[in-house]
Amino acid sequence: MGMTAIEKILARHSKQEVVKPGDVVMVDVDTAVSFDYGKLNILKIHDPDMLVLLHDHVVPSPTLSAANGARDMREFVKRFGVKNYFPVGRHGISHVLVAEEGLALPGTILVNGDSHTCSSGAMNCLARGMGPSEMTYIICKGKTWYIVGKTTKIELEGTLPQGVYPRDVIHYLAGQYGDFAGRNLEWYGSGLESIGMDGRLTMATISAELSVEFSLFPYDSVLKTYLEGRAKKPFEPSFPDDDAEYEQVIKINLSELEPQVVLPNKVAWNAKPVSEVVGKRVDQAFIGSCANGRLSDFAVAAAIVKGKKVADGTRFIITPGSQSVFKEAVRAGYVETLMEAGAVVTNSTCGACYGGHMGLLADGEVCITASTRNFKGRMGSAEAEIYMGSPATVAASAIAGFITDPRGL
Amino acid sequence: MSKKVTGKVWKFGSDINTDLVIPNFAIYMKREEQPQHCFVANRPGWVDEVKPGDILIAGTNFGVGSGRPIGDVFVQLGVAAVVAESFNGLGLRNCVNAGLASLPCTGILDAFDEGDIAEVDWGTGEVRNLTKGTALKGQALPQEIQTIVENGGVEVVLRKEGFLA
Ligand code: SF4
Repeated sequence: MGMTAIEKILARHSKQEVVKPGDVVMVDVDTAVSFDYGKLNILKIHDPDMLVLLHDHVVPSPTLSAANGARDMREFVKRFGVKNYFPVGRHGISHVLVAEEGLALPGTILVNGDSHTCSSGAMNCLARGMGPSEMTYIICKGKTWYIVGKTTKIELEGTLPQGVYPRDVIHYLAGQYGDFAGRNLEWYGSGLESIGMDGRLTMATISAELSVEFSLFPYDSVLKTYLEGRAKKPFEPSFPDDDAEYEQVIKINLSELEPQVVLPNKVAWNAKPVSEVVGKRVDQAFIGSCANGRLSDFAVAAAIVKGKKVADGTRFIITPGSQSVFKEAVRAGYVETLMEAGAVVTNSTCGACYGGHMGLLADGEVCITASTRNFKGRMGSAEAEIYMGSPATVAASAIAGFITDPRGL
Repeated sequence: MSKKVTGKVWKFGSDINTDLVIPNFAIYMKREEQPQHCFVANRPGWVDEVKPGDILIAGTNFGVGSGRPIGDVFVQLGVAAVVAESFNGLGLRNCVNAGLASLPCTGILDAFDEGDIAEVDWGTGEVRNLTKGTALKGQALPQEIQTIVENGGVEVVLRKEGFLA
């Protein structure tokens, strides 16, 4: 029996001929990403060149503790001679940066102390989040373990209708199939051809909310083109064997999808077509994060708000995922269009996504967001309600002042 | 080493997420300060009632969410084991890496009422409800991963091997 693309990466990195679901594999890690805080208690490390260090969640430092953490990171960079370091000014959200900088590469294994690391699955890179102690372990030893999970194959066909976006595809999957705890997703099908890298990165990122182990996209012409002149190292993509065994195949016809909104507090089994929630008043609309803080998200938002005004009583915040997204958005005129409409364009950071240092929600407020998570208390008050939609749904709702269907706008 | 623990059960539902265990405002607090904020949004006051040796029982998708070190919070609170219908992958890693006995076990939610006494053998996967006199079997984690728990978590190992100050 053949292997899936994910199993083949695990086999290669654990130096085994074959791996199958249920196996525990010990693998060599290619890339380890760490952010914001320097781990100065570490005395020796495996290899400085496997590290990517940066600032994203709390940047520029909003508290003394964050400032001290950032200082420790600069000290760590110096102590161990880390080359892939992105200081404040060249910073960005880790998952956005590793794609942009060609550091998350096909067929490689990447770890990061953040749960949305599966984002890099869009790069055909086997990536998942780790906790802080495990990151310390990997930085010291260069290896880790995985329990090989069963894999679901998603086959996309057709093309997305006007007003429907990749974000809606992953919401639809969450709403119809719930969580995939302990299992993997691999994405294929002719429908992928029309989804660019930004959209794939959105879908791979939100896979974290479906509790996947890994979410892997193929190395096809779209990814190949994206990596040309960008990839920092040679790489070997992973393709499934013809007789690879998948637990199930889910077919989605993109042409039949509607915009999908996730209701508050959890993502799995909790998405509905926008038509069922239209009219819900919103106090805040947010576009940003590792899911939707990219240039195409700015483009969509700017097109929708052009010549209009954000509704009275609604705040619209939009945050670029990296300095380079910010620069491009300025160049393209999106920032000006958004500001004319009354949006707040912030510094590139995680920002309001996790309610850490800006854009918090007050008790009883309602937010529509294109960030990653809608848990109770995630963006400020535990008494606030967080709905999630595509950047188009968010921008349309910001103008209307209530949740709005972006189709036909 | 015996992998059997016995303790009073606290029951939680499905999709218990990391932000409930460590709320945003507590992420950057000192490690020792984090446990007192555990579950404030969904079960305020719980941290004052839970006792060392107690056992957590939960539904599906336990630990969904971010990389926050949830296992470390439970270890600091003295929780002896977590048994859940299923674990989120990262949630599970953060439990075992902190040295917390963890066991996926289908049917666990229906088998216990809160306050029952559970005997959990996380080596074999056997779980007994000593209050009701019933038993069921979970899916014990692979040996390699049990060893991490036995060693007290990954940082203990690194410290012993001279990697950490
Ligand atoms: S943008 Fe949000 S989800 Fe992404 S890494 Fe930052 S806080 Fe986490």
